[in-house]
Amino acid sequence: MYAFELERPTSLADAVNALKSEEAQALGGGQTLIPTLKQRLAMPETLVSLTAIDELKGIRREGDTLIIGGATCHADVAAEGSYPALSDLAGLIGDPHVRNRGTIGGSLANNDPSACYPAAALASGATIVTNEREIAADDYFVGLFETALNEGEIITAVKMPIPQAAAYVKFEQPASRFALVGVFVVKTANGVRVAVTGASEGGVFRWSEAESALSSNFAADALEGLKVPSDGMIGDIHGSPEYRAHLVGVLTKRAVTKAG
Amino acid sequence: MTKVTMTVNGKSVSGEVEGRTLLSTFVRENLGLTGTHVGCDTGQCGACTLHVNGKSVKSCNMFALEADGAEVATIESMAAADGTLNTIQQAFQDHHGLQCGFCTPGMVMTAASLLEENPKPTEQEIRTYLSGNICRCTGYHNIVKAIMAASGQDVSAVAAE
Repeated sequence: MYAFELERPTSLADAVNALKSEEAQALGGGQTLIPTLKQRLAMPETLVSLTAIDELKGIRREGDTLIIGGATCHADVAAEGSYPALSDLAGLIGDPHVRNRGTIGGSLANNDPSACYPAAALASGATIVTNEREIAADDYFVGLFETALNEGEIITAVKMPIPQAAAYVKFEQPASRFALVGVFVVKTANGVRVAVTGASEGGVFRWSEAESALSSNFAADALEGLKVPSDGMIGDIHGSPEYRAHLVGVLTKRAVTKAG
Repeated sequence: MTKVTMTVNGKSVSGEVEGRTLLSTFVRENLGLTGTHVGCDTGQCGACTLHVNGKSVKSCNMFALEADGAEVATIESMAAADGTLNTIQQAFQDHHGLQCGFCTPGMVMTAASLLEENPKPTEQEIRTYLSGNICRCTGYHNIVKAIMAASGQDVSAVAAE
């Protein structure tokens, strides 16, 4: 690792100030960023750790919305349980040690194309709350490792509307435990949303044909004959673009069945 | 350099560290507690697992300064002062849950977290919980058996492979 200063503010205001300095970067749980630093793929002058800020941690329910602090770790989301599909997803991220450190805000800010949380946020129609504004999930995910966040902007919370029914099904890449493909299906009074992670070179996306079919008939059969094109899908040693496109269909059916 | 203070195995300790000093480095090099092993140094193998505020973490994937003020427990805290092994360690010995022993500190620390959360885990629950700890010798079988035995369960049905 290149040398850097590590700051550990205890308030959001101090963190926002610390991130104003040149070449400063926020540090969530560090489960992706620290390995990246070790490979010298990032060279911040200052790292601003967000994990000592109590106001960014914790989960509370307001009506049918779950509000999760940006620095809440995956293990806490997994244990909370009032949005079962979301807790399921959190409990399958990485391994127990990763879940004790990694945070929801860190995952969403990084927007890894194979990460799990982006699928939950996009399918749920979540709102990403920052120190500057509120961003709808539909406007938040811009592309590969790219989000609508500005320099120095911090995710303070994620608002997740709790739906009528939902499920996440992940086809795990067993070495990394990221999603080779993961599909999050959400059913609400306003229709069905389907978000796919791990598959596209552009990162998480909504599968609109499946959403229309499922909105009129919420059953795995409604997806018969529907396919996502393999153009733009990720191809690597673990799976070809065609294989990933195939998995999207299979996992969406499984998610619908699981959601009931 | 910045001063960091934490409680390690019940003792208050402090030291001067850089921002980039990992918790695993601090524990091994500043404190001389070399029971915590660094295997892959990429956050994958789990040999460096220890407990921070009661939760298992990979200490090569956390900065020492992030543990400022925390309660840290390493493998050295597991046995009694006179060297008597604790239940999990004894079960690893009894069931031959190790060969080269390099991954063992991480395995024992992870097993301790598992049994605290889930005192009577099934074989599958143990295997799943160990997903972040890699062993290249044993094929995991006797590790799983040792953890089942440490939880007070009958392991005669866990066939040798």
